[in-house]
Amino acid sequence: MPRRRARVATTTGLHARPAALLTRRVAEGGHPVQIAREGQPAVDASSILMVMGLKLAHGEEVELSSPSDDAEPLLDELAALLATDLDLVEQP
Amino acid sequence: MSTSTAAGSVVLTGIGVGRGCAVAPVARVAPAPVVPADEPAPQDPEAAVARLTAVLAEIGDDLRTRATGTANTDLQNMLEAAATMAADPALLAEASRRILAGTGPATAIDQAVEGFAEMFIAAGGDLAERATDLRSVRHRAVARLLGVPEPGLGALDGPAVVVAEDLSPADTASLDLSKVVAIVTELGGPTSHTAIVAGQLALPCLVRVAGATSLTAGTPVLVDAAAGTLTTNPSEADTAEIARRALAEQAITALTGPGATSDGHPVPLLANVGTPDDARHGAPSTEGIGLFRTEVLFLDARTEPTVAAQIDLYSQVVAAYAGRKVVIRTLDAGADKPLAFATQPDEENPALGVRGYRLVRSVPDVVAHQLEALGAVVQALPAERRGDVWVMAPMIATPGEARAFATAARAAGITTVGVMVEVPAAALRATAILAEVDFVSLGTNDLAQYTMAADRLRGELADLLDPWQPAVLELVAATATAGTSTGRPVGVCGESAGDPLMALVLAGLGITSLSMATGRVPAVRYALAGHTLARCQAMARAALDAPDAAAGRAAVRALLDPQAAAVLLGGR
Repeated sequence: MPRRRARVATTTGLHARPAALLTRRVAEGGHPVQIAREGQPAVDASSILMVMGLKLAHGEEVELSSPSDDAEPLLDELAALLATDLDLVEQP
Repeated sequence: MSTSTAAGSVVLTGIGVGRGCAVAPVARVAPAPVVPADEPAPQDPEAAVARLTAVLAEIGDDLRTRATGTANTDLQNMLEAAATMAADPALLAEASRRILAGTGPATAIDQAVEGFAEMFIAAGGDLAERATDLRSVRHRAVARLLGVPEPGLGALDGPAVVVAEDLSPADTASLDLSKVVAIVTELGGPTSHTAIVAGQLALPCLVRVAGATSLTAGTPVLVDAAAGTLTTNPSEADTAEIARRALAEQAITALTGPGATSDGHPVPLLANVGTPDDARHGAPSTEGIGLFRTEVLFLDARTEPTVAAQIDLYSQVVAAYAGRKVVIRTLDAGADKPLAFATQPDEENPALGVRGYRLVRSVPDVVAHQLEALGAVVQALPAERRGDVWVMAPMIATPGEARAFATAARAAGITTVGVMVEVPAAALRATAILAEVDFVSLGTNDLAQYTMAADRLRGELADLLDPWQPAVLELVAATATAGTSTGRPVGVCGESAGDPLMALVLAGLGITSLSMATGRVPAVRYALAGHTLARCQAMARAALDAPDAAAGRAAVRALLDPQAAAVLLGGR
């Protein structure tokens, strides 16, 4: 089961807009992906409500995981997305 | 909270956003659809789940279409987020679980949304405000499932004050902005998207108005964002006053550009700045900073700020105002504003003690380090910009002190050196002081305190501290005359510079620049633009010749251009 660790680089934390960018990419990715804060239960990473509910702050470390072995490239991409300041990313 | 005033008039209070005001009848945003308590269990749960799935997808598409249809970036982002919430897999999964367990579909989506909304509200802050987005999705879904009209605002047939429990971005996007004159919500907060969007649209807005949703559609109301009040059935006088204020505000804010009298005598309008954040924003409406207070860096510090930290801060401020003048005042601390890192004995009369430049007697290193930092900032600039950074010392009483400060400042690399005139002795000897420095700036608050021997902090002595006291004005006039005869700038950076009437008097006395809180700049610019220099000089003579402060103010009012008087003073 592939896993990745990433640190939230968005300076304002993972609020609505950056969470929307992340969850949209998960939904497009075609694999189930979960996201968890260290030591806490994982939630559906394609759900903006669940991801916003984590209230992830700038600099917090999270773990991304997927039961699908083919999800390696997707997790790499998502980890890179989390490591970007999404406030500076233009809306697609 | 509501207070009854005149017959039939009720005042509701809330939190105002912005300073605007407006009068119009109430238009109610239709309330959210209610889920019937006895909604039957779905006959075919699988089909009900499919229907809900389709409804949520439609709402998501609809919100996304609205998002692309708006030019407002914030609104667009909010609508995008709401669209993503409508299509959220966790929301659908939760509602579906309830439907399959025998709950009616409208009840199921209502409960599922409420579960998430409560979690958001419990989390507080930014997240709590997103609960509004989520509930707007709920309202739309319930309306579609029950086949009732979606909540929102019907067509408006004239100017209207929109009143809602709360406004979602989708509601805001559907407002006909050519008719909406103000927005009032019962819930929300000053950072909610309603408030943000209202601010951007320059619409007066009140949030957290208890009782707002009990207002009847069509009731005329007066919304005053500056006062944070909503008045129903306002009197004609109230309405006329609002109309006057709106016109005055328009006339005042319509003017931009450098400060000058109507016949073109320039009086640069500068900003008083107390925090690095304010300075970093670089107030766009001013011609520079007339007073940057450096205390902020020192007063909370447990150890003396390093020269490097000071250079960092000062250069940020100078960079934010690139191409404009920046007047930096050296540390104005002392017994009344003690430094944590320097021991200072308690003083019986702190205002008369070791403060301002007098710190050179007790902590000479602190003064020297600050000049070293300021000199480094000046010298790091290209040669042609070094003259933009002016440095002045507070609490100078004698030409000897001015000379000592100027010598040290120039040795540190500062090219334009000045001192504050706030001690009467300095005003009386202004010519001798101006022989030592490049400019002076009058601190009228302290000058009034020292001239009238009245403590600035004693409210009951406010009449003595009035900057219109002819004795205080006489010292201002003496300093201005010294400036004119020596050809050196004499500015004012006290509160009196921000009073439009007093600003006219100061211009007439020969003051060369006025520095004030940025919010006061537009009214002062407007006052100056409405009068010639000769009229300002006549006002200055009238104020100086008056027997007391009140008479001086009245005499100057009488000399105001009638149109300017109407705008600046109104019925007062």
